[in-house]
Amino acid sequence: MPVDHTKNIIEVKGLSFSYDGIDNVLEDVTLAIHQGDYIGIVGPNGSGKTTLLKSMLGLISPQKGTVELFSSDIRNFKDWHKIGYVPQKAVNFDANFPISVHEVVMMGRYGSKKLFQRISHEDKEAVEYALNQVGMWEHKDKLIGDLSGGQQQRVFIARALTNHPEVIFLDEPTTGVDKKTQDGFYALLQKLNKEIGITLVLVSHDIERMTREVMHIACVDKTLTCHISPEEYLAESELSDIAGNKVKFITHHHHN
Amino acid sequence: MFENIFQYAFIVRGLEAGILVAIIAPAIGIFLVLRRYSLIADTLAHVSLAGIAIGIFFGINPVLTALATAVAASLGVEKLRVSKKVYGESALALFLSGSLALAVVILSLGHGLNSSLFSYLFGSIVTVTASDVRIISILAVIVISILAVFYKPLVYVTFDEEAAKVSGISTRLINTILIILAAMTVSLAIPIVGVLLISALIVIPVITALQFRKSFIHTIIYAEIISLLSVVSGIFASFYFNLSTGGTIVLVMLAIFSSVFLLKNIRGTVRY
Repeated sequence: MPVDHTKNIIEVKGLSFSYDGIDNVLEDVTLAIHQGDYIGIVGPNGSGKTTLLKSMLGLISPQKGTVELFSSDIRNFKDWHKIGYVPQKAVNFDANFPISVHEVVMMGRYGSKKLFQRISHEDKEAVEYALNQVGMWEHKDKLIGDLSGGQQQRVFIARALTNHPEVIFLDEPTTGVDKKTQDGFYALLQKLNKEIGITLVLVSHDIERMTREVMHIACVDKTLTCHISPEEYLAESELSDIAGNKVKFITHHHHN
Repeated sequence: MFENIFQYAFIVRGLEAGILVAIIAPAIGIFLVLRRYSLIADTLAHVSLAGIAIGIFFGINPVLTALATAVAASLGVEKLRVSKKVYGESALALFLSGSLALAVVILSLGHGLNSSLFSYLFGSIVTVTASDVRIISILAVIVISILAVFYKPLVYVTFDEEAAKVSGISTRLINTILIILAAMTVSLAIPIVGVLLISALIVIPVITALQFRKSFIHTIIYAEIISLLSVVSGIFASFYFNLSTGGTIVLVMLAIFSSVFLLKNIRGTVRY
């Protein structure tokens, strides 16, 4: 698809959120994500980065501020087929759930279907396309619980791809996945972003990896503390290192 | 040597009602079991007993009053669960014991603590009336139709509630539909297995089918076969050996579960 890098896909304005109504997990966050972006939302545990992602998906409602998806307020948003979501699975995944890879990916088509509509030839083609994109078509009849963590992640990406979405949100997608599998996984994300033009919004605590993968880094620690390129991020963290601030040591990588 | 079982009208009625219950219970059960809602069936069954007591007291068909109370209570349970003001399982305990208390008090008011209560507790195909069969058939058609219409979003919400929500599915609506279907299933199963044994019909065929580790649709098919087999053979066995129908059905189910479980797990230890 033609990618217009100036077009806003997500606009978060002055967003504050609190689970208990007392302490804000997020405070006055403003952030715009453009079409074709590949953005990594980073921050330590408990920094509110997953909360920010959930607000952008309408899974939780902020006390203050607004979220717009494709220029429409999230409370009135209807075009959910434009959005793919890969939840954090490694933590709460029932490995005994009786469901095949094909059935999981077919779910991606359920949201946009009318209740009485049957599964069509087009749906089956969409599932085959998505499974081929992630290289999992040959495993379509296996139980999801019988796959490795990395393969399961690919299946969930395939599910997100079935509606040919414009943006995919991923929450800590490589938790519990070994390093070599991660390389393949990030190569797949690069392909989706560069070749198909899908906007990617990725939440991760792996800052070092993010600086090598994404186009923009958004640092969240209750508020948005930075929204810069990986190069700027690395330069800044080196500076603050010299200044003696408490910053996690980050090895230098060239973005290629 | 065996007399012809079909010469008795009550047996035919019992088989008709039993087969309908056997088809519906695991179809709802798979969603309840996988969502860790198994105990809701048991709770709604106890609630139904209060409904039955009301029915006996006012001379209305107890299946209908059981249905009404179970559906009302199911909405209450779901509301309490979503509000998070009461822990999920405490909400169940509240409804379970509360409705049992209500049932006993109403029954003692109407001097109904007699043998008909016993048949509602443990089920009895002898007491299944023609009007019961009619009500059960209508309920069964309604449950199956709703299930067919909402099958896809139900599967999605059961597997991954968050992703289902992001895909545009109203998860609150789907959860409410599931619990109402559970209430309907429970009340239509009462005449056959009784209040105390219903959750076995909803849960055991499903957990047996789960041992085969198949896809979702195959697991449903396996559970249906196990359920039908158990209910029909249980009714026959209870007739020829003069045993409690509900109890016999549940024991057949348990026997199938135990065999499958042992077989699968012995094989499992050899393979791994």
